[in-house]
Amino acid sequence: MSWFTRKDKGILTPTEAKREAPDGLWYQCPSCKKVMHTREHRLFAWTCSSCNYHEKIGSQDYFELLFDQSRYTELDAFMSSGDPLKFEDTKRYPDRIKATEKKTGLKDAVRTAHGKMNDVEVVVAAMDFSFIGGSMGSVVGEKIARGIDYALKHKIPFLMISKSGGARMMEAGFSLMQMAKTSAKLALLAEAKIPYVSLLTDPTTGGVTASYAMLGDFNISEPGALIGFAGPRVIRETIGKDLPKGFQSAEFVLEHGFLDFIVDRKDLKDKLTALFNMLK
Amino acid sequence: MRTLLDFEKPIAELEAKLAEMKKLAIDNNVDVSTAAAQLEASIEELKKETFSNLTRWQRVQLSRHPERPYTLDYIEHMCDEFIELFGDRTVADDKAMVGGFGRIGEETFMIIGQQKGRNTKQRQLRNFGMPNPEGYRKALRLMKMAEKFNKPIVTLIDTPGAFPGLEAEERGQGEAIARNIRDMFMLKVPVICIIIGEGASGGALGIAIGDRVLMLENAWYSVISPENCSTILWRTWNFKEQAAEALKLTAEDMKGNKLVDGIIPEPLGGAHLDFEQATQTVKNVILETYKELSQLTPEERIDQRIEKFSSMGVVTE
Ligand SMILES: [Zn+2]
Repeated sequence: MSWFTRKDKGILTPTEAKREAPDGLWYQCPSCKKVMHTREHRLFAWTCSSCNYHEKIGSQDYFELLFDQSRYTELDAFMSSGDPLKFEDTKRYPDRIKATEKKTGLKDAVRTAHGKMNDVEVVVAAMDFSFIGGSMGSVVGEKIARGIDYALKHKIPFLMISKSGGARMMEAGFSLMQMAKTSAKLALLAEAKIPYVSLLTDPTTGGVTASYAMLGDFNISEPGALIGFAGPRVIRETIGKDLPKGFQSAEFVLEHGFLDFIVDRKDLKDKLTALFNMLK
Repeated sequence: MRTLLDFEKPIAELEAKLAEMKKLAIDNNVDVSTAAAQLEASIEELKKETFSNLTRWQRVQLSRHPERPYTLDYIEHMCDEFIELFGDRTVADDKAMVGGFGRIGEETFMIIGQQKGRNTKQRQLRNFGMPNPEGYRKALRLMKMAEKFNKPIVTLIDTPGAFPGLEAEERGQGEAIARNIRDMFMLKVPVICIIIGEGASGGALGIAIGDRVLMLENAWYSVISPENCSTILWRTWNFKEQAAEALKLTAEDMKGNKLVDGIIPEPLGGAHLDFEQATQTVKNVILETYKELSQLTPEERIDQRIEKFSSMGVVTE
């Protein structure tokens, strides 16, 4: 019997937790340990009403949070992964995909949609960390590429919400080239002078950071998000000592000049539309 | 003393035997030409057999052979003249990324590449061929300068990855690589990229967006090294051979999957056995490829560059 599903299992994403925890259950903030009603947590855009800890959320939550009346049209909803390399580690790649689809109800690690945000028409691509660590394979690259195509065609802003551990190793070279593909499309978007906002959420590391996540006209983040190219473990092993406190946090990255601003998730929608309206 | 990989040893033993036979013949003034010819033939046979049946892991080993030609070796052997240029104009000069204008015959190229070191001191100086953000920014500065003066660009890729250090993160390793990738798509001049050794992940891709991306026969190119892949998927280094197989990281694999445009052959046994032949082959490929690319307008090259990378990926709908 568990109240605090997240604490008990440790790895559940909020999306899963919510599915298993209908309204009337409770959420405990992993940071300050405050217990709050799930309804309250949702009302605060899945942030802690006490310490402002930003819980990791998925594409569905962001779509509901950002689009007016939670109404949007999803693009390429049924696109799913191939297995070009017949990759097998401890599991066959197609089996891993199938198992993950079943567990998460998702087709891959990104969903793209267009709709209105405070009446501003936008395309949003949001990543799901629960799908193989938000890793970037062909589906992620292709969906983002087509999302950018849609923004180009309709001359509307593009918002990318990244949350990823990096490359999808099971797609090896194909995974690597998604960095190139998405960056190529962003070059076209930039040339067309269409605004691109990249929101880096906890965590954004690896190949995603070295491609679309860092290419925004505006690179922004949520408080406390981990952002980096190399992961903390790798860096710790490289330099052979502990990392300074706050290293690779959104605040750290902002201080070093790589973010335009950090935004509280509760203000995200209004601040973005204010920005888009200024650019009109 | 030559460094010998395991699968090079049987060949080296026969070669030593041949040398000894020839020496004995001279010392004792006897004719061993028939026996020597036979031995030479079997050496050639063994070489062909060994190097036409390399496993993917053995290719990775060859790509890292400590005697393999590095970027500056290619530059030295290919160019009639070379002026090295330093610095990113912001923070520092990164010794793991070299570049400058080089003249090959009539043509001037901007040649840029990661540089490894051959002894302990050089390896440290070159940071094992792992650039910091300054390296990628230096590379981009030089590429934009090439564009300004309408000179074609050649990049030589040879890196175990971008440096995963503390300062590298502070100075935006991800941002530096990302910007290079995006901006290389819009370069108006021809861009030829050649993986000459190791092509590891974003650290390689950061200078590898080109009209033609070519791989040397024994180079590897993938999203992660076999060792790191093994560590992540099998939780130990011991599965590196299996990881190399699974990653399909050889030139043949990458060409087969249309992720690179072509393969440049190496001397039998690997580029390290014959610098002159290896570098001349690369030089000729550069000149031929440049000739092809200069038939196109800048707009055509940019469109085709974007189109090529945009079509990479396998999905089902
Ligand atoms: Zn809290």
